[in-house]
Amino acid sequence: MDLDYSPDERSFRDHVRGWLHDHLPAAMRDKVVRYAPLDRDDLLGWHRILADQGWIAPSWPREWGGTGWSVVQRYIFEEECGYAGAPPLIPFGLAMCAPVLLEFGSDAQRRRFLPRIYRGDDIWCQGYSEPGSGSDLASLRTSAVRRGEHYVVNGQKTWTTIAHLADWTFCLVRTDAAIERKRDGISFLLIDMKTPGITVRPLPLMDGRHEVNEVFFDDVEVPLENRVHDEGKGWTVAKYLLGHERMNTARIGTSRRELGRLKAFAAEQRKNGKPLIEDPRFRDKLSRVEIELMALAITNLRFLDQLNGGRTPGAEVSLLKIKGTEIQQALTELMLEAGGPLAQVLGPVDGTMPDDDFLAALAPRYCNMRKTTIYAGSNEIQRNIIARHALGL
Amino acid sequence: MNLDPSEEQRLLAASIERFVERDYAFETRRRIVASPDGYSQDIWRTMSELGVLGLLLPNAYGGFGGGAMDAVSLMQAIGGALIVEPWLASVALGAQLVARGGSDEQQRRILPAVSEGRLKLAFAHAERPARYTLAHVATRARADAGGYVLSGVKRAVPHGAGADLLVVSTRTDGGDSDAEGLSLFVVERDAPGIALTALRMFDGTRAADIAFDEVRVSAQALIGAPDRALMLIEEVVDFATALICAEAVGAIKSANDATLAYLKTRKQFGVAIGSFQALQHRMVDMTIEYEQAKSIALLACSAVDTERDSAVRSRTVSAAKARIADACRKISQESIQLHGGMGMSDEVKVSHTFRRLTAIAQQFGDADHHLERFAALS
Ligand SMILES: Cc1cc2nc3c(=O)[nH]c(=O)nc-3n(C[C@H](O)[C@H](O)[C@H](O)COP(=O)(O)OP(=O)(O)OC[C@H]3O[C@@H](n4cnc5c(N)ncnc54)[C@H](O)[C@@H]3O)c2cc1C
Repeated sequence: MDLDYSPDERSFRDHVRGWLHDHLPAAMRDKVVRYAPLDRDDLLGWHRILADQGWIAPSWPREWGGTGWSVVQRYIFEEECGYAGAPPLIPFGLAMCAPVLLEFGSDAQRRRFLPRIYRGDDIWCQGYSEPGSGSDLASLRTSAVRRGEHYVVNGQKTWTTIAHLADWTFCLVRTDAAIERKRDGISFLLIDMKTPGITVRPLPLMDGRHEVNEVFFDDVEVPLENRVHDEGKGWTVAKYLLGHERMNTARIGTSRRELGRLKAFAAEQRKNGKPLIEDPRFRDKLSRVEIELMALAITNLRFLDQLNGGRTPGAEVSLLKIKGTEIQQALTELMLEAGGPLAQVLGPVDGTMPDDDFLAALAPRYCNMRKTTIYAGSNEIQRNIIARHALGL
Repeated sequence: MNLDPSEEQRLLAASIERFVERDYAFETRRRIVASPDGYSQDIWRTMSELGVLGLLLPNAYGGFGGGAMDAVSLMQAIGGALIVEPWLASVALGAQLVARGGSDEQQRRILPAVSEGRLKLAFAHAERPARYTLAHVATRARADAGGYVLSGVKRAVPHGAGADLLVVSTRTDGGDSDAEGLSLFVVERDAPGIALTALRMFDGTRAADIAFDEVRVSAQALIGAPDRALMLIEEVVDFATALICAEAVGAIKSANDATLAYLKTRKQFGVAIGSFQALQHRMVDMTIEYEQAKSIALLACSAVDTERDSAVRSRTVSAAKARIADACRKISQESIQLHGGMGMSDEVKVSHTFRRLTAIAQQFGDADHHLERFAALS
């Protein structure tokens, strides 16, 4: 057994690392590592740099622009991007809608949407959750009724990330309300956000930033050709997507970078006249997180190795999500602690910049990162999955 | 042992409860936080009418002569309703420094006005590298022409911009971290040489960075004897720390109540989510956490009222603050998690309680700071 990458994988990693060093714009990286808000230009700017390089959609089939990399190479690439401080890519088109189209879409749908997703022409958002349907997604009520060549959609989605910037949304809707088994009446629709009858309302989160929205559908006409897979097969599509969660749910690279940042920050802070990093109480906590991360990196590789051997991902994705998010949260918590009493300052009342914008970003970031154990299948739901599917309980 | 509140304490608690219900709904608080001053003059007046501004001040100066135990119900209400008015800063910190250390003249001039709501105080103490070490003061006061001249920068002074008078800690002698050589002065907030930047804090409260550039004060502005202020500062900060523990208990109760109600009403998979045992046990742990937090907070409030040995007092306060800081973290995080996406929303109160609990966990020292102090005093 060898816990390190093979020589080929190592040289691939070095290649990616070198390329990132040369091509990731310093201004973008700086915003990411300082927790500054990223605008549309930052997110799409990085997307387009990767698209130009041919690296924006590694997992897609080669004919659509995939790189043909192995599972491990894809993992290495994503982790290197995270470690380098690249802006996160908006996953909804690239990693959610596209795999669905590749598996279930018609040729026409693929030709229409995939090249645009590849180039970053459209921003997509995910219309799954509703006020009454979060963990219990199959209970969703947004309805789509056939009228001629259209579905007429009525209802409400909520928590929709970046709906305010999105050009398109993929939605789960109920096309048959009469069916006994809730999951059998659901269909998967692609909806142009400019269609009349769609209203997007911001839903401010506790960090004060605009990230998620409520989306209202009021007699919204969606062409039948925008349905993916058969009517009533939306749940199959949704489940496929869950199974194809990217293998970087653990975000090892990002957490490694945050850990490094935390160490540097704790070396600048002083406690009793000495650098905080030398304080045994603080250092123990930091070390525990680092050790957990070291173990998780290997756990992640062990699972990848199994996937390489041809197994489909199962409950281990849940484990990676649980541990990965716990580590991310622990890091933001330690960061806030390290910031000390002055990390409670948001900034001057008159709206001018705080004199230390990094320090001022720590508390909002700590607040924001609480979301990671709630969204993409809450950690409780992930534990249920492991209990049921891995342990047979 | 007598664990029942006294008749006065009961009456006060009841009137505070009515006040919160009538005047401090969550929507009202939201408006107050967004207003230019970040607190409400009307609410301050009402608090004065309720008698809580004089609660801790000596009878001789229009107060009720109460102690921390008498303020427990008020602090719990402040925590529960997330009251942002500067009660702790003005009454429990600023005015306590004057009441415990000031001359008769200073007390006569300041304390009745505080209790009538005409004067607000703030304690300008924290400095950038100090972290939670009380003795770290680099702001200098140099004797000059029968008075003193103050220079230095105080950071994130709670409610500094809304105060009329500042109690400023300075160094009249020694190095920046020496225990000896600290002196306290009462300074008008708009004295020449003061530059103030009002700050928004992430829990909705206000503070101010305050720079003192050759600010002249008379010798009568000095509180107590020169160079000897650290003991008084420690005593009053212990007092305020015990009170903020009681505030945390109120906030914890509010977070727990909201979470329990949510578990009972939010339905997924056709049932209330509170029917899932995985969540039931967590709610139970939150309830246990509340009881332990309440006990340790009461212990600290009692200690600052009655304990004569300052080491024992400080040890008890640090025990409470260390324990409360842990409870703040646990309860705040769990209450958001059990609310699911709703917990992240700015529109629900529990996300604001989360922020306040997060702030309290670090105010007057985080868990590490107080564990260390507790161990050192054991
Ligand atoms: C910042 C953010 C961004 C989001 N972005 C999107 C998006 O772009 N698109 C989208 O469709 N959705 C999005 N979501 C919604 C997210 O997927 C849901 O919040 C999540 O599925 C949980 O649903 P809920 O909020 O309704 O909580 P609920 O399902 O009501 O859960 C409440 C609590 O009960 C627990 N619980 C529920 N069922 C069980 C059970 N059976 N056993 C044990 N515990 C249980 C949960 O874990 C949670 O702790 C986002 C959410 C957030 C916070």
